[in-house]
Parts: sequence; C-alpha cells; structure tokens
Amino acid sequence: MKDVYVIGCGMTKFGEIWKSSFRDLFVEAGLKAIKNAGIDHLDSMYVGTMTSGLFVGQEHVGALMADYLGVAPIPAVRVESACCSGGMAVRIGFLDIASGNSDIVLAGGVEKMNDGADVTFALSTAADQEYECYHGVTFPGLYAMIARAHMKKYGTTRDQLAQVAVKNHYNGSMNPNAQFPRKITLEQVKNAVLVADPLTVLDSSPVSDGGACVILASEKIAKKFPKQMVKIIGSGAATDSLALDQRKDITALNAVKVSAKKAFKMAGLKPKDIDLAEVHDCFTIAELCIMEELGFCEKGKSGKFVEDGNTALDGKIPVNTSGGLKSKGHPVGATGIAQVVEIYEQLTGKAGQRQVKNAKIGLAQNMGGSGASSVVHILKKLND
Amino acid sequence: MPSPKYRREMPQRYRLEAAKCKKCGKVFFPPRLICDKCKSEEFEKITLPENGKIVTFTIIRVAPQQFETEVPYAIAIVELENGVRLTTQVVDCNPEKLKIGNEIKLVFRKIQEEGKTGIIKYGYKAVLA
Repeated sequence: MKDVYVIGCGMTKFGEIWKSSFRDLFVEAGLKAIKNAGIDHLDSMYVGTMTSGLFVGQEHVGALMADYLGVAPIPAVRVESACCSGGMAVRIGFLDIASGNSDIVLAGGVEKMNDGADVTFALSTAADQEYECYHGVTFPGLYAMIARAHMKKYGTTRDQLAQVAVKNHYNGSMNPNAQFPRKITLEQVKNAVLVADPLTVLDSSPVSDGGACVILASEKIAKKFPKQMVKIIGSGAATDSLALDQRKDITALNAVKVSAKKAFKMAGLKPKDIDLAEVHDCFTIAELCIMEELGFCEKGKSGKFVEDGNTALDGKIPVNTSGGLKSKGHPVGATGIAQVVEIYEQLTGKAGQRQVKNAKIGLAQNMGGSGASSVVHILKKLND
Repeated sequence: MPSPKYRREMPQRYRLEAAKCKKCGKVFFPPRLICDKCKSEEFEKITLPENGKIVTFTIIRVAPQQFETEVPYAIAIVELENGVRLTTQVVDCNPEKLKIGNEIKLVFRKIQEEGKTGIIKYGYKAVLA
C-alpha cells in the first residue's frame, strides 16, 4: 500500500445555516479545502452523506457535487454508512490513494438537516426499521438504553454522563465553527428537558447543517507541501448488528473496538501513544463507551476517567477538543470529516485557543447508528 | 393501502415465530437466511416463549410522529426465557417505576397506524408479569 497524507482541509460553520443550500454547504467546504491545500486539480472525490434523500430529496450526490464544485468530469461517488458516512468517505479516499489509483482525492461530507424534513424519522432509518423503530424507539432512546445498562452494570453516574457534555461545550466555546460555542454546567445538563430517560436534551448532539472536506494526497504530491503534510498511519473499519437488542452486551460497542484494533495495528501503536482524539459523542454515553473500546481506559471505568479530567483539554488524553458532536454540531454526513479536520488543525498547530501543546499523533473515531458501524483513523505529523 | 412489507412480518409480530438453526440450535428473531454462528442455511420454525425480563429500558419523551400522542412511553430490550432478546414497548404500568430485571410477558396489541387512511398495525408489547 502507498502512503497517504492529508494536505489541507476546510469546513463551514455548523448550525442552522438558512442561507446555504445542501450543495452550497459542500462547495463552500470543498473550495476552502482546495485553497487551503493549494492544489490545482483533483483525481477523484468521495462525498459522505447519510440520508440526503430524506433530508432534502436529493440523491446522486457525487455527480451533483463534482458539477457544482467545478471538478467534473472526475469520478465522484457518495459514501453512506449512517452517521459514519464522513469517516467512511475518508477511508475510501485513503484506499483510492493507497492502491495507487489516485494522487489527489477530496474526501468530504455534508448534511442539510434543517430544511423541513422529519428529522427524527430520517435519523431513525439508521436503526432496524422493522424491529426497533416499528415499536417507537428513537436514537436518543437506543442510547438511553445503553446508558441505563452501563449505569446498572458499572455504577456510572448521572453526573459522569453530564461531565462529558460540560467538557465538550467548554472546548466548543473556543471553536468559531461550533453550533453552540458556549459553556454549560453540570446542573444545566441534569436539569434540562428529558428526551429519553436518563438522557436530557443536553446529553444529545443537535440537529445541524454543515459541510467539511479534507484533501488527501500520495507522497509524490504531499512532499511538495512539507509543512502541511500529516500522514494517515492507520485506518480501520468494522460492523456490528444493526439492532441493539441483538448484542450480548448492551454496553459494548464491538465495531468500535475492532475498527480501533485494526487502525492501531496498521499504525503499530497502542492507545497510550495517542496525544488527542475526536470521538463520536452523539450522546454523552457514547463518548464513555467509546473511551473503553478505544482502550483509553478500562471497561466500565470511563465515567471516573472523564470525571477525573483525563480527557479535558489539559488532561492526559484530550478528547473532542473541537467541542465534539455535542457542541460543534452533528450534520451527520459531515461529522466524520470534521473530526479529521480538527485532528489535522491540531497537528499542524492551527487550533487556536484550543490548541493541544506538542500534539503529534491524533485519532478520529466516527460511528454509525447505535454502533453498527465504526471507522477509526490515526494521523501523525511528520515534519515540524 | 395493501402492504407486502407489513404482511411479511406478520408471523413474527402476530405469532412470535422465530427460526432455530438445525445445525447448531441458535435461535434467530427475526428469522434469518444464514446462521452467523455455524453458517448453516437450514432452519426450523419455532414459537418464542412469552415470558422474560427487562434487560434495559428507557422512557421516550420525544417520539416519532406516529407515536406522538403516546408519550411518555416505556421501551425496553427484554430477554425471553430461551435467551432471545427483542425491543418492545412496556405498557399498562407506571414507566417511572420500571426496573432492570422486572419480569414481563408479551401480549398482542395495536402498535401504530399508517397515516389517517392506512392500515392499523399490530404486534407484541410487554406487560409486567
């Protein structure tokens, strides 16, 4: 396999972006990424979007975006794996270059969730329609059931869940692209309106519009941009049962574990080698379970791990320095790309107020549904 | 509107029919065409037991459109006596008082309506045993 580098990135602000259409969001992020990298052409493009058909009635997204980005007739295809469509687009782009087929690839993601669609239904299509959604379960509901099982099995507390949201909002308060760039308190999280017990609205990521893109390049191209090259040293993906009820341990996210294991193996690294991580905190409980599956802490001890400040900006392993899905926003298809954008900016020293000192190796973990698919990338800065 | 999609799931939803692998004995609900454990494609039809217990649950406060009038309602993953797990509402109870481990029994109930002019959909719900 050939080496693959990230050489540039771009994203829109996340939020309720009324002035921009689905295609505008992608093109804005794409143009920023192309200019940021300083390249003059693309060989191919991958666009992650979860369910643009339901959100805005638009499919055939690869061709549409290639056309509006002004890069047709390059090959362009949409990549879908629910909430980890973006992360999977990075992976497909990675494989395209690793195989020797392309030298410059744009991997992007976009979602337009605020154009009037039935968002709860659109998101629920990532779960089992006939055996979960049929009975009235929602995504907050599925994660709430994971949370309750985790609390029962490991003694995880309501405060520990809330601490994830407090931490991520603190980080997000320093991110100009965040949808909710403001600090919140433990009490606010716990006393917010319940969505699905025990999770409140402040345990949950928001409904967002947004786009994000990264430029991937082969070594031949990347070495022309030595100051901005960050190597993708690990990539792993995995799946699990779509329905939560089919899993033996409700608190385990096996796809996350397996995808991480594969990425760590490719990189030749261990969890302790990671300087910072962006993980899929669609709900507070998700971040806790992911900490355990990535090997950052022992199984069942994630609540205490977060409570003790290990994952804070100045902690042992800062997690979701961007604000995460919780504060930055979660335009589903764009999320996995935006995670890589944050890691790239951190490793190249461009993360502003939320910059982690001496960050050399970063990990991005993006997850679909209630954990039925997961993709992990490990990035490393080679040159100072 | 006639719905082949709905008709296909009726044996499972109305009669709790599951598939038992003829080779290794693993039970699948809903039925599948291949056993993920032993890769056998031979199954026999069995009926699930109605009794079980709550593995985990939540109370839905913000519901999808067709369940909006029912909030708050309890949803649980239950484990039946033969080890099979499924997702179901828990009804005829105070959702606030539910606990993991509560004994339940599956009963036949109306689940939802397909719009104002569509079919009424049925299936299983759990009640405390």
